[in-house]
Amino acid sequence: MRIKSTLENYLFVLPAVAIFLIFYLIPFIWVFQLGMYEWDGILPTKTFVGLSNFKEVLTQDNIWWLSMWNAGYITLIAIIFQNAMAFMLAMACDREIKMKNFFRLVFFIPPVLSEVVVGLVWQWILDGNYGLLNAWLLKMGLPHLVKNWLSDPQTALTTVAVVHCWKGFGWGFLIFLAGLQTIPRELYEAARVDGANAWASFKNITLPLMVPVAILVAILTVLGTMQAFVLIIAMTGGGPAYHTQVPVLRILASMRGSSRFGYACAQGIVFGVVLIIISFVQYRFSKRSRQY
Amino acid sequence: MAVKFSGCLRGVSAFSILSLLCLCGCSPTPAENKNSVVIWHWMTDRQPAFEELSRRYEELTGVKVTFELYAPSDAYSQKIRAAAQSVSLPDIFGILGEKRDFSSFVKAGHILDITPYMSADNGKWKNVFFSKALAVNEFSSDNTYGVTPGIYGVPIDITTIQMVYNKKLLKQIGGNPNRPPATLEEFLALGPKIKASGIQGLVSGWGEVWMVDCMANNYAFNVMGKDKVLATIRGDVPYTDPDWIKVFEIFNQMQNSGVLANGLVTMVNKNAEQLFANEKAVFAFNGSWCVNVYKGMNPGLEFGAMLPPAVSSRYPMVIWGGAGSSFMVNARSSRKEEAVKFLRWLTDREQQVFLAEITLNLPANKDSLKKISDVLAQFADDIETSTHPNVWGGSEFPAVVEALDKGIQSIVIGEKTSVQVAEEVQKIKQRELSKKNSK
Repeated sequence: MRIKSTLENYLFVLPAVAIFLIFYLIPFIWVFQLGMYEWDGILPTKTFVGLSNFKEVLTQDNIWWLSMWNAGYITLIAIIFQNAMAFMLAMACDREIKMKNFFRLVFFIPPVLSEVVVGLVWQWILDGNYGLLNAWLLKMGLPHLVKNWLSDPQTALTTVAVVHCWKGFGWGFLIFLAGLQTIPRELYEAARVDGANAWASFKNITLPLMVPVAILVAILTVLGTMQAFVLIIAMTGGGPAYHTQVPVLRILASMRGSSRFGYACAQGIVFGVVLIIISFVQYRFSKRSRQY
Repeated sequence: MAVKFSGCLRGVSAFSILSLLCLCGCSPTPAENKNSVVIWHWMTDRQPAFEELSRRYEELTGVKVTFELYAPSDAYSQKIRAAAQSVSLPDIFGILGEKRDFSSFVKAGHILDITPYMSADNGKWKNVFFSKALAVNEFSSDNTYGVTPGIYGVPIDITTIQMVYNKKLLKQIGGNPNRPPATLEEFLALGPKIKASGIQGLVSGWGEVWMVDCMANNYAFNVMGKDKVLATIRGDVPYTDPDWIKVFEIFNQMQNSGVLANGLVTMVNKNAEQLFANEKAVFAFNGSWCVNVYKGMNPGLEFGAMLPPAVSSRYPMVIWGGAGSSFMVNARSSRKEEAVKFLRWLTDREQQVFLAEITLNLPANKDSLKKISDVLAQFADDIETSTHPNVWGGSEFPAVVEALDKGIQSIVIGEKTSVQVAEEVQKIKQRELSKKNSK
């Protein structure tokens, strides 16, 4: 009877375990295994090269680390500005304002749009010759600000980061809004009775209670932004030169441009490990903050 | 309670088994039909013409030919590789990519050697093609890919990549619409006039890097000749050679003179085509397919084709040309004989004329050129003197090609000098050579 019960329990988790094995664990092991081969993705034969692909990624591929740096820069901008914007707009929509539901809908439109479409529309807006932005700047008497936003190495990466923030802030907005709505209104009322002004209520009630939500949003922002590439392909293709290259574009370049599937797998594993480390650090940080 | 639990258990078990069966891909294999041929391709613009030809072929022979379109080309490229891995390629397919990838497909046994069919009846089929179109599909006896010599693909159309100019705009900036700039000096002299008129100079898809590589190669052939370019690929001549620095410097000169369009380094070819078709740019560097594209965007556009303006008279300006698209026969297909028969019919004069008329691409059959437009004829004029990396017998390392392309972008945006780029490219070349030698 006991054995039967145990078997039944295992049977219940079998579908989940099977899906996890088939779609996550086995592909991960397979990718790691492929990372130890030189293979073009076509020939049935693969040449075993041990860990040399991983060594090349870690020690010789400067462009790879430049792409990591670029992704880190976009992530930093996203963490600061995208999340700040998301938080401020969530705060605004959490209050009793007119057309609250309309704004909630509008702010969530960018994330549900196709990244390729968004990239192409922004490319058109930011075009150095016939773009809307430059036309507006000229109209406003600011010709010194007119630039080739996407092909100038000084502005390309930041411009891409800003568009990424515009595209992605809606997710943070939704999560922050949900978090704000879980804060009991009585706390604010009690604070008001005690003579607290708006700033004191924000500092002593809203901020501390929103820390776990902010950490969750930060983790999702880091993971989402580090892996961003569709928007970048649509806007700059990774150029000019290597100025907007990001890790996923490098993995694609190794696979498609160089036909080095093994090396692309090694890059994928290294990138995955970096993301796991970042997530782990953030998770530890969030656990510590919850203890306070 | 026990009954309910047991029912639930049965449900879970059934779900698990069904899931596993689905995941294992237990779909039945379709029965082989000798009277049908399946073709995979990526050419969106040619699908209606292909379907019409398929209908005619079925009427004629009773064999149904299905053209399955998978676009965009990147997705198609991945699909072909995945199908090669699972040995599920269709009867006929096209390959996108470099000759190195083509050779891997051949070595893996996916592509039929069609030399016997081409050579039959004293080369009757072979002789209908432009030699350059066939060369792209051929592995010569001295190829460095380790492929058994032979012809492995059937060219459907041909492409040349060169420059086009807008006759009206060239006249507007003081040029002669019947005599576009033939030398780099003449071309650079137009830069200040282009800037002053507020229009764009040269547009191209340099954001897609391979087009930069193409133009750089054109100039390399012009500056140092074919032998030295091929010696560089072999590793016998460094990229720091003064001739290569001269090639890189041409891009700097173009940028400084103002003949290059703003934002050229991140421009995709579709945008470049729009700018040229909408008469906002004087020059474009594009392939012969552009005739069809421009006609669709602006039927009244008056333009002509020209070679990139030469920098030296020591060697000719040689452009890239050859097979635009080719079809390969699956060596493992049980319908390969039917597939070859269809390709032979498809490359006959009548079908090639039809394809050229509908798609405005240059036909691979040299007897089918009589009915093409004047501009297309200008593109066709240079086909026999063109070249292509796929006929050089060996390929440059992809990492070197990327460094060269990105280096030229860096020169154009003014962040690196020609010497710096040459040194960086050579460093990567040496790294790749030593990796190759250590294997």
